[in-house]
Amino acid sequence: MRGLIAKMWRTGRVAEPEPALPARARLGGVSQGSLQLRHVDAGSCNGCEIELSGCFSPVYDAERYGTRLVASPRHADGLVVTGVVTRNMASALRDTWAAVAEPKVVVALGDCACDGGVFTDAYGVIGPASSVVPVAVEVRGCPPSPTEIIAGLRTLSGR
Amino acid sequence: MTVTAARPSAPPSPQPIVRASPGAAVSGAATVLVGAAGVALGVAAITRPLAALRVGWLLPLAGVSFEVTGTAGLFMVVTGAVAVAAGCYSVGYFRHAKTAMATLSVLPLFVLTMIGVLAASSVTTLLVMWELMALVSLVAVLSDHHHAAVRDAGRWYAGMTQFGFLAILIGLVVLVHSGGSESLSVLAARAGAAPSSTRDAVFVLTFIGFGAKAGLVPLHVWLPRAHPAAPSPVSAVMSAAMVAVGIYGVVRVDLQILGPGPRWWAMVVLAAGALSALYGVLQASVATDLKRLLAYSTTENMGVVAMGLGAGMLLADYGHPVVADVAVTAALLQVVAHAAFKSLAFLAAGSVVAATGQRDLDHLGGLAKAMPVTTICFAVGALGASGLPLGAGFVSEWLLLQSLIHSQPGSGTLLAVVMPIAVGVVALTTGVGVAAMVKAFGVGFLARPRSPGAALASESAPSMLVGMTMAAAACAVLALAPAVVAPALRSVLSATPQAVGVASPHFGVLLRLPGIAGSLSPLLLAAAAVVATLAVAGATAVAGRSRRAQCRAVALWTCGGGPLSERMEYTATSFAEPLQRVFDGVLRPDVDVEVTHVGASRYLVEGVRYRSVIVDAVEVRLYRPLLGAFETWAGWVRRAHSGSVHLYVAYGAVALAVVLAVAR
Amino acid sequence: MSGPGVVGTVAQVAAVAAGAPALVGAMRQVRARLEGRAGAGALQPYRDLRKLLGKQQLVPEGTTVIFAAAPAAIAGTTLVIASIVPLATLASPMDQAGDLFAVVGLLLLGTVALILAGLDTGTPFGGMGASREATIAALVEPTILLAVFALSVPAKSSNLAVIVANTVRHPGQVLSPAGALAFAALVVVIVAETGRLPVDNPATHLELTMVHEAMVLEYSGPKLAVVEWGAAMRLAVLLGVLANLFVPEGIAGTHAGVAGTLLGIAAITAKIAVAGGLLAAGEVFVAKIRLFRVPELLAGSFLLGVLAVTASYFLGTRPA
Repeated sequence: MRGLIAKMWRTGRVAEPEPALPARARLGGVSQGSLQLRHVDAGSCNGCEIELSGCFSPVYDAERYGTRLVASPRHADGLVVTGVVTRNMASALRDTWAAVAEPKVVVALGDCACDGGVFTDAYGVIGPASSVVPVAVEVRGCPPSPTEIIAGLRTLSGR
Repeated sequence: MTVTAARPSAPPSPQPIVRASPGAAVSGAATVLVGAAGVALGVAAITRPLAALRVGWLLPLAGVSFEVTGTAGLFMVVTGAVAVAAGCYSVGYFRHAKTAMATLSVLPLFVLTMIGVLAASSVTTLLVMWELMALVSLVAVLSDHHHAAVRDAGRWYAGMTQFGFLAILIGLVVLVHSGGSESLSVLAARAGAAPSSTRDAVFVLTFIGFGAKAGLVPLHVWLPRAHPAAPSPVSAVMSAAMVAVGIYGVVRVDLQILGPGPRWWAMVVLAAGALSALYGVLQASVATDLKRLLAYSTTENMGVVAMGLGAGMLLADYGHPVVADVAVTAALLQVVAHAAFKSLAFLAAGSVVAATGQRDLDHLGGLAKAMPVTTICFAVGALGASGLPLGAGFVSEWLLLQSLIHSQPGSGTLLAVVMPIAVGVVALTTGVGVAAMVKAFGVGFLARPRSPGAALASESAPSMLVGMTMAAAACAVLALAPAVVAPALRSVLSATPQAVGVASPHFGVLLRLPGIAGSLSPLLLAAAAVVATLAVAGATAVAGRSRRAQCRAVALWTCGGGPLSERMEYTATSFAEPLQRVFDGVLRPDVDVEVTHVGASRYLVEGVRYRSVIVDAVEVRLYRPLLGAFETWAGWVRRAHSGSVHLYVAYGAVALAVVLAVAR
Repeated sequence: MSGPGVVGTVAQVAAVAAGAPALVGAMRQVRARLEGRAGAGALQPYRDLRKLLGKQQLVPEGTTVIFAAAPAAIAGTTLVIASIVPLATLASPMDQAGDLFAVVGLLLLGTVALILAGLDTGTPFGGMGASREATIAALVEPTILLAVFALSVPAKSSNLAVIVANTVRHPGQVLSPAGALAFAALVVVIVAETGRLPVDNPATHLELTMVHEAMVLEYSGPKLAVVEWGAAMRLAVLLGVLANLFVPEGIAGTHAGVAGTLLGIAAITAKIAVAGGLLAAGEVFVAKIRLFRVPELLAGSFLLGVLAVTASYFLGTRPA
């Protein structure tokens, strides 16, 4: 434990300084500054997941903008969908979307979720996220960097 | 699937409504009348001394004599009130099942014999009434004698009752012999002068006998068999009133008549109480049969009562009369509260069993919408049984804890060791008891039905609802205004030498303890909690209405896995599984896993069968070896009956020679 | 019932109600800074609650009034506890109505409401959270009551105001072995009751590791706000009770005026903030233990409680 305390002291703050606030987006009539999202992997290669978990790591620290990933869609303001929607995950994605309380949004993360990416015409694929749920914010990239993801999330949280 | 000691449920489909039988109405009305008479007699006995009644010619040699003391009055009110509720309930209950005339006629007789036991003022009357009570209740337990489990329960019940009766008989006969009189009041005056060995013997024997009736461990084994086997109104009366009669015996004989005794008496009572409380609550927490759970809860509550009595005896012996007062008050209040919430719980359980045909909690559920009154009544009973604030059992538990923590340091090492252990036992009992009651209510009544029987449930007959509501009203009164029983408690305390303190607890809106800095107001707490909850609910509604917030009934969140089936709901077995793991050493479940492999390969599994049975450990570890040893010994004796006349003549000659040698 | 007492009680209940989310936010901020992150700020829970109050209220099918009423019940019982315990003032009018045992009972009542709500959903998650919470609550009861016993021995009463007043008069006795043992036992109790590490992880996403969160998975909108607010208030009240039982300096007495009451509010705010900060800092160093190791932890704290009582019997310094 002493070693851990010494390490905390030496490391100090790891989070990078905040970039400038991007153009604001309205999230219905809900107050700004608080955004909880439920992540759904509809059929991704996990590249976007790694970048998403990087967003919430100490270096990028997306929580300082009021965003948080939550376990239950009932606690969430919307979904973060990664990956193209496969046949097996279509009904699960629809159920998760139905479980979220209004007002709600969907963030399509990565090229696969936005327009199908490299898996567009594969078998077992229904289409991008917009073919199953209405997408409000798209974050393009394969995979998008944490900076881009955070910029997209901040248009919703307003912080 | 867990089977607790292989108890078969009632037939899977609910019974069709039969023609209204006049017998049920007559029996129920008779029970209500007897109960009301008991209440009236008890209230009269508490407020002023009643005249004695002696009928010399009714029994040869001794006659019967009745005199209702203040102590008996309290227990009579309890018995009568339970009988009124159960009698009203039985009118509707016995219409559903095809009930034999024997059961119908036995219920009012049962209450009558209990009142007779309480009113008895001579030893002969007490013993005769006791045995009558045992016989009549045996007939009531065996009303469903077509089932093997019920017959088995009847056998255990008969055996344990007779064993207890034997102990009481010998103990009281010794007491009469040393006191020279049969009247209980005369014995009370003379018992102090008896030699200590006689008093010890009487104490041990009567405590065993009355403790067996009250369901204290290790003499409790009949309780979890007999109470579920009997029809529900009978279970309610047995569990709420008959065990109280056992406690009455302990209070009357071991505390009042025998008077203050050596310290080890108090330790025996306290230890028996602690053991019963812990063991009963542990078995209740893992029981999946609803009525068996309630039966073990009775053992637990009687254990707490015995702890209160034992603590009172111990504290009085150490010279803390005021605190001893509080302990005995706690025990008596617990008896009254237990009668209210246990009878309510059994009546509600009977209502559920009649409506669904299921007794296993793993097959119940989803009854809140179909049976709202029963659900609310069971909730009130479960709240009382758990000892939480707003429940009927909270004040007595608070009083008991206050008495346990107020022994001064410096009094003695025994107190310093025993009191913390006692507090720990009461606390663990409360905690696990809450888990057991939450399981019973949450799994049995909430969420969705787990079986077709539960899905087809409908609310019970009006008379059953009225009976339950009466018991629920009693629970509510005891929870909010326990002052109503204060005069009764004072009359019992004044007759108990161990608890004649300076002043008994003052019951008002604020419950104040004399001489101790402690106070409680259950009414204020309940009012504050209700007001605060309503305020929060109202504030949420107002805060939500100003913005867009509409309710919507949606499907449950299942992680996207599709709709839930009733097999996916948590059952009582799964709810209790962590607790069962923690107390694995005490409960010793018998777990059996059977894996069926696909014929072609041992690496592929076709089916897995899991079976877990929790039997009563005391029965397995104590009774079975004892009964086995008894059987072996009886086998040896049987060898002496060879059938040869010459051998029998030789036995007679040897016996004659021995008698001649000894008698010279 | 004195005027300053009523004012003080209303003030402390209002302070708990209004300030509990700030406590949670501050604890999250302490954790964030120790982990090298920037953190969302101590006022983030207020934004979360404000947003939740404006969201749609979903009612899962098959649930009964128990599910609907449980959030209000847990918040309501916590408010009653906040009015009984001496946080800012010793002269609460509710002080005579309940003592430490009543407070423990009310805590358990709130827990039971949430357990029943978890069972009412009929989902495996709700049942699992309910079963685990029931086990933990059952096993932590002996420790709580023994700690109450140990604290009531020097004051000769289990009434909270009497205990705290006694500690104000004799501040040195909390340094006795009995006091230290009771403190350690109570810390474990608070960790278990409020669902913090190492007993439960409030920030986990894995349902199989959840205890408290699993019971509230089905709540949304305003009811979820009440659940979170109730949990924050519980934490605040329990930390305040712990602080005032051992360091009661600054609490307003029976004859304190407005200034005394304000000082009491300020003192308890500072104490709760420090206690919460220490708890959050401690959480950084521990991981959640297995559910089936929790009984061992609680048995250990039970032993501490027994030792505390025995020490207060045999080693307690009797005040002159």
